[in-house]
Amino acid sequence: MTELKLPSIDYAALAPILIMLGAALLGVLVEAFVPRRRRHLVQLSLALAAVLAALVMVVRGAGDRLITIGGAIAIDGPALFLQGAILVLAAMSLLLIGERSVERGGAFVAQAAVTAESADDRRQAEGKNGATEVYPLTTFAIGGMLIFVAANDLLTMFIALEVFSLPLYLLCALARRRRLLSQEAAMKYFLLGAYASAFFLFGVALVYGFTAGIPGRAAGVDFATVHAAVKESPASPVLLFAGMALLAIGLLFKAAAAPFHVWTPDVYQGAPTPVTSFMAACTKVAAFGALLRVFHVAFADAAWDFTPVLGVVAVLTMLVGAVLAVTQTDIKRLLAYSSIANAGYLLVGVLAPSGAGISGTMFYLAAYGFSVLAAFAVVTLVRDADGEATHLSRWAGLGRRSPFYAGIFTFILLAFAGIPLTSGFTSKFAVFGPALEAGHAWLVVAGVLTSMVLAFPYLRVVVMMWLSEPGESTPTVTVPGGLTATALMIGVVATLVLGVVPAPLLDLATDAAAFVR
Amino acid sequence: MSDFPFLSVLTVAPLVGALVVAFLPRRRPELAKQVAFAWSLLVLVLSVVMWVSFQVDGDRLQFRESYPWIPTWGVSFTFAADGIALVMLMLIAVLVPLVILASWHDAEASKRSVPVYFALLLILESTMIGVFAAADVFLFYVFFEVMLVPMYFLIGSYGGHQRQYAAVKFFLYSLVGGLFMLAAVIGLWVVGGKTFDWQTLTQVDISTGTERWLFLGFFLAFAIKAPFFPFHTWLPDAGGAAPAGAAALLVGVLDKVGTFGILRYCLPLFPEASKWFAPWALALGLIGIIYAALLAVGQSDLKRLVSYTSIAHFGFIGVGIFAFTTQAGTGAVLYMLNHGLATGLLFLVVGMLIARRGSALIKDFGGAGKLVPLLAGVLFFAGLASLALPGTAPFVSEFLVLIGTFTVNKPVAVIATLGIILAAAYVLWMIQRTTQGTLNPELTEVEAMRRDLSLREKVVVAPLIALIVLLGFYPKPVTDVINPAVQATMQDVGKTDPAPEVGSVQEASQ
Repeated sequence: MTELKLPSIDYAALAPILIMLGAALLGVLVEAFVPRRRRHLVQLSLALAAVLAALVMVVRGAGDRLITIGGAIAIDGPALFLQGAILVLAAMSLLLIGERSVERGGAFVAQAAVTAESADDRRQAEGKNGATEVYPLTTFAIGGMLIFVAANDLLTMFIALEVFSLPLYLLCALARRRRLLSQEAAMKYFLLGAYASAFFLFGVALVYGFTAGIPGRAAGVDFATVHAAVKESPASPVLLFAGMALLAIGLLFKAAAAPFHVWTPDVYQGAPTPVTSFMAACTKVAAFGALLRVFHVAFADAAWDFTPVLGVVAVLTMLVGAVLAVTQTDIKRLLAYSSIANAGYLLVGVLAPSGAGISGTMFYLAAYGFSVLAAFAVVTLVRDADGEATHLSRWAGLGRRSPFYAGIFTFILLAFAGIPLTSGFTSKFAVFGPALEAGHAWLVVAGVLTSMVLAFPYLRVVVMMWLSEPGESTPTVTVPGGLTATALMIGVVATLVLGVVPAPLLDLATDAAAFVR
Repeated sequence: MSDFPFLSVLTVAPLVGALVVAFLPRRRPELAKQVAFAWSLLVLVLSVVMWVSFQVDGDRLQFRESYPWIPTWGVSFTFAADGIALVMLMLIAVLVPLVILASWHDAEASKRSVPVYFALLLILESTMIGVFAAADVFLFYVFFEVMLVPMYFLIGSYGGHQRQYAAVKFFLYSLVGGLFMLAAVIGLWVVGGKTFDWQTLTQVDISTGTERWLFLGFFLAFAIKAPFFPFHTWLPDAGGAAPAGAAALLVGVLDKVGTFGILRYCLPLFPEASKWFAPWALALGLIGIIYAALLAVGQSDLKRLVSYTSIAHFGFIGVGIFAFTTQAGTGAVLYMLNHGLATGLLFLVVGMLIARRGSALIKDFGGAGKLVPLLAGVLFFAGLASLALPGTAPFVSEFLVLIGTFTVNKPVAVIATLGIILAAAYVLWMIQRTTQGTLNPELTEVEAMRRDLSLREKVVVAPLIALIVLLGFYPKPVTDVINPAVQATMQDVGKTDPAPEVGSVQEASQ
């Protein structure tokens, strides 16, 4: 009998992941044992404390460059940077999720499974406290994302994908208002997400087959093996291409890239707005973190093969996002299409085969996360008796009613439009520069052209808010509670600071832009 | 004194002023106006000091300052001014206080916050100064784009009829141009070895194909901004809808960023491409001169009419730049200044007329000179300056452009001269229909039409009239500053003047 060798585990490097998953499990216990009226506070504090502790561990491990736990997890520059970004953005999302003063009982219902529009359902919509299960669910999702951006083999990546996706499906169904829309969103997201996961898994299997038969190496799905296989595998490249394509489908689905984007507007609209913001910020970071790792570590030597295809996907994504954003009449759907277009710009950065491309993409992810969180935070505040007033026509004259919040939203929209002195401009520069350097002029031109189209819907909202007269139905802006106000301010200040003095974060991203293999 | 950081202080000062004004209590609009006016006077004084300390025979770029900003990308806050920029900075410093004074009661009419209006004007001044003072391409781009935001709100919030449409059209047109330029800026950064420093970039060798693409990116942005035919359609809408003061700044200064950009960026950075595209640019200029003048004749709205005359004048400036002679180039830069003064005056006077009548339509006037003789007289003078009557400043510049072009390209000069005749047509006909002829009986019923120029309005127009006459007879102080910068620019393009004509610059300008 051969002796079993246990893999060495670097617990310190894994601490952020362990803290988040541990806190999630603890959260489940809190649900079982803590009295109902105290649960909200305990859960929120627990989740926030866990995120902060994990963040501290990420910062402490900033210099780590290692592969641990038997090659399953790689803690390197990009992993740490993206984990840090996910944790900061998740903390802001948690603040939005925990807000209970804007709407009585919070943005979530107690029981998602009650038939929509039934008497029970209406009763629970009337200010009954929402489910506190959202906190463990969110914490699980954050933990999964932390693994996702650090996974060093395709199977670990798949498991992480499921760990963060499943809670998100549930969270989508918990909106207090417009229950049917929320349930529909969750269903749609779940079904399509399940397909995407299946594609990903099938891709893993094909790549595994491709790695078989390299001299001196066992078959496997860790990135080093895949990398070696791309160079010297005797297997048919059809396996590689098909595997790569299926993996890409799985990841691009999460990243909301066309033509795998169709779920985005429905889910963004139907999900409770704090959850939408969490998805728009954190899921995006996680998905692109994984895309960067898969294509820069595992398939780096096949760049000639995937760049044209992914380039077409990027152009299509920018185009679809920008053009369809023009026709939107709902602010959440508009932001959804804008997030699709942004996925296209991010892909431009992913395709630049250099450290500058990686650091640019990471900078973009962080900067965009802050802005989009702030945008959704404002959306949660613009309400009337029926909850959030998301139809654009309702925003007419908002600038007169509440100049402060309309001003903030205008600033965020200008950032999305890429006006200088906002992070939207510096981050566009951060991805377009390396792309042009790599000779992808066509991607940059497509990016610039779609930016022009995209400016129009943003501007339309600005016009609505400032240049239209307030009408009878113009909603008021609720004074935010401390939690939302904090998240909003962090987002706005970050958008400004990253636009005016981007150098510190940019340097951090540049230093972190090397993967270990 | 030349060690004083003029340019950065000039850029920041109005911004600080804007913050002060914006936070003044809304209930005391008078205070906001006074502070804004005082602040803009301060900027004017500082600009005059800078003008005096500029050494005419010194370096091409003076008052250079540089502070690191984003080292990773090689971006720095670099400011420097050549003679061309200096003239434009001076124009801004002169126009803004006058515009503030002229807009004294404009904001109240719109029922919106008065302090914010003046704060926006000061923010606009800050960004306009920045765009002319920047010597770092990235910094220039930042100001170029940010400049849109205050102007957008000035038009959209305080403008007249169709202001929303005009504001959005203005913003989108400019943004489209700006984004093309962004692609070119990034391209320039990549081929230029990751620096944005203007002086370093002028030394870079770029392959012909790349150079042409980059030139196109910049040129498109500037042609939309200027605007040249066929990118001009936003200007009549924006100029027609903007409040008169903002319109004066829009056409008087903001649009000059386009022609300035061509001189500062297109020509020195892409000399080969500039020569290659010159025939096209000349053609666009000529079409603009004739086409816009014809459209101006047919306008029924006063502010739109003035906007179209400006498009025709920008055609002249374009021709002057792309003729590639020092004379024509100096003429073009002088034109930028004089047009700012003359059209600025025209816009302000027209604004005073419109404010009295409550309508911008020409048919609502008629014989107004009988009611407000002084105002009508100023309008007449502004009109004559605008059609470049000898003795007014625009004549000198137009003449320089035409003879400078004639020495190298006779057909272009001949066609451009037709523009002068058309200018006489649209200006004189406009004046005839508004202030001359029989008195429109409706006018007498408007109470405000009986008030002639107030003291405030006299103070607004007097300096402009004085400058237009002064520079009409004695442009030397300005041409002395412009000439070396234009000569250096033409050297960058590798064009030298035809031998016999060199001396005539002096003759014409004296």
